[in-house]
Amino acid sequence: MIEGILIGLNTALSLKNILMVVMGCFFGTIIGMLPGLGPMTAIALMIPITYGFDPATGLILMAGVYYGAVFGGSTSSILINAPGIPGTVATSFDGYPMAQQGKAGKALAIAAYSSFAGGTIAAIFLLFAAPSLSKISLSFRSPDYFALMILGLTAVAAFSSKGQFLKAMMMAVLGLMLACVGQDTLSDIPRFTFNNMNLSDGISFVLVVMATFAMSEALTIILRGTDPSSAAKAISLKELGSIKLDKDETKKTLKTIPRSSVIGFIVGVLPGAGSTIASFLAYGMERNFVNKEEKEKFGKGSVHGLAAPETANNAACSGSFVPLLTLGIPGSGTTAVMLGALLGFGIQPGPRLYMTNPEIFWSVIMSMYVGMVILLILNLPLIPYIARILAVPRTFLIPMILFFSVTGIYLMSFNTFDIFLMIGIAVVATGLRLYKFPMPPLILAFVLGGLMEENLRRSLLISDGSFNFLYDRPLTAIILAFTILIFSWQSYISLKSK
Amino acid sequence: MKISSVKIISLLFFVLSAFYLYTANQIQVFAFDVNSPFNAKTFPIYLGYAGMFFAGLQILLPEKSVEKVNHNVLDYKKVIYLVIIMIFYGLTILKVGFFLSTSIFLLLSYYFLGERRWKLMLIFSFPFVAVFMFLLHGALNIYLRDPLLKYLGIIG
Repeated sequence: MIEGILIGLNTALSLKNILMVVMGCFFGTIIGMLPGLGPMTAIALMIPITYGFDPATGLILMAGVYYGAVFGGSTSSILINAPGIPGTVATSFDGYPMAQQGKAGKALAIAAYSSFAGGTIAAIFLLFAAPSLSKISLSFRSPDYFALMILGLTAVAAFSSKGQFLKAMMMAVLGLMLACVGQDTLSDIPRFTFNNMNLSDGISFVLVVMATFAMSEALTIILRGTDPSSAAKAISLKELGSIKLDKDETKKTLKTIPRSSVIGFIVGVLPGAGSTIASFLAYGMERNFVNKEEKEKFGKGSVHGLAAPETANNAACSGSFVPLLTLGIPGSGTTAVMLGALLGFGIQPGPRLYMTNPEIFWSVIMSMYVGMVILLILNLPLIPYIARILAVPRTFLIPMILFFSVTGIYLMSFNTFDIFLMIGIAVVATGLRLYKFPMPPLILAFVLGGLMEENLRRSLLISDGSFNFLYDRPLTAIILAFTILIFSWQSYISLKSK
Repeated sequence: MKISSVKIISLLFFVLSAFYLYTANQIQVFAFDVNSPFNAKTFPIYLGYAGMFFAGLQILLPEKSVEKVNHNVLDYKKVIYLVIIMIFYGLTILKVGFFLSTSIFLLLSYYFLGERRWKLMLIFSFPFVAVFMFLLHGALNIYLRDPLLKYLGIIG
């Protein structure tokens, strides 16, 4: 492990990679602060740029964007009660009341320290959990992987849909359907190409991500007539107040951080759960931990109530890298985008990544520490100034997002068919968004489609076409039992409310 | 009985899944693969059934709360303009070249979104694209086809 850490440090501390983390954190913070544009859009816009770098640098850049976006989302939650991303909704419960009491600077400081501590503690957990889990996951066979992918898709559909489980499952199936377009990997037989040569290589992953997130989010903003930059315009440099915490506030923050880090990390590791659930869970648990007097302050500007979700959402970000790096199976839409990008580099994350590409494995973990320090430096003194940059009118912001989306995909293929296909998918996705059809299950399914088919193929060939492989191995049976449990629970909730 | 928009979308998805299933069955596999436990059409066939299953459930089960979208407040006009501009951009990028088509795309997008500060609009179109192209050529070494700039002798 020591050797790995040194390899990781060597890569992460190179000037180029430090610059990438700074750039990623800065860009992520900006996008995270804009309500309506989430980390997936930020990462999607970055993918064409990452293809100019080596895989480790590319992944470091994307990871920086990811935790930068989560970090940035808290600022608009605290200052104007408009969470940039769902993971920072719980932050606004106590952050915004604090800002209204004239303690915006303190609230931002608590958020920054908590995020830093949560992310750093979780990165330490990741340091120990990832290699151990990698060794265990070497014993996984095709049926286990197939079952794990079904579990991942069901869990993401269950948790990202907010009570719209069937809609989320439809989106997951649509993602798998899109993944099947193009030549079959084993036999090279064309599928769903309708004799169109442009589709013979399948639909590009970057195209689908750009269309369903960057482009469709931009079109949704125009359709709804919202102005994401209004958040930045509302932030006044004068009204922030002091960022210095007193003894009591520091004590309360320090008490909350360890327990919320553990909750955040565990929830982050679970497939589909992610930072939103982690932050709500940590908020609820913290309320139970504190005394009656402190409990009364929740929702009115409690230090515990602000520190808990902020710690947990950043810890969950680090936690979500565990299944990606060790099993090669992303637990959330955001890490699914990263998996897609890694596959584009020709790298298959999974248990063998630890041995075949140790520099990637360890440098991502090590870069997290660098990223957390950079975020702390960025968030505390520079937030009001970053907010000024954000006050770009939407009349300029939206065309720029569309420009980077179209140009990004054009530069990858130099094929105008891809531009038209992307516009078509974006228009459909915008319509589906209006009726609350979630997009993360579609992306996760699209990324996992090829791997899922491959593992099902192997499993069925080994078992001579019988579906006994689903319960022959105890591990497969346990994973599928969890899947059935989630499916039944979601169906029960849906039917009960109907 | 009033049919909600979500049910109509689900019905469309059901039809799409049925068509997908039909197309999956039409996939020509190799003769030696026809009776194999798994071939090129096995997975798509399962997906077709799965799509029909979930869409069917969404259609048949009663809705918890009908998703209401107020179409009167949605700005369809601007979105349609943007989509047309993007299609126009896609059609011209190869023929006219990256520089001119991108600059016009940006200029038109700013205009149709309601921007009227011409000075800023011009700065963030032609010079902005020129700097972007310079970075692509100079820093990332990416060649961009541009007949206009080639004709003018600016790029080789």
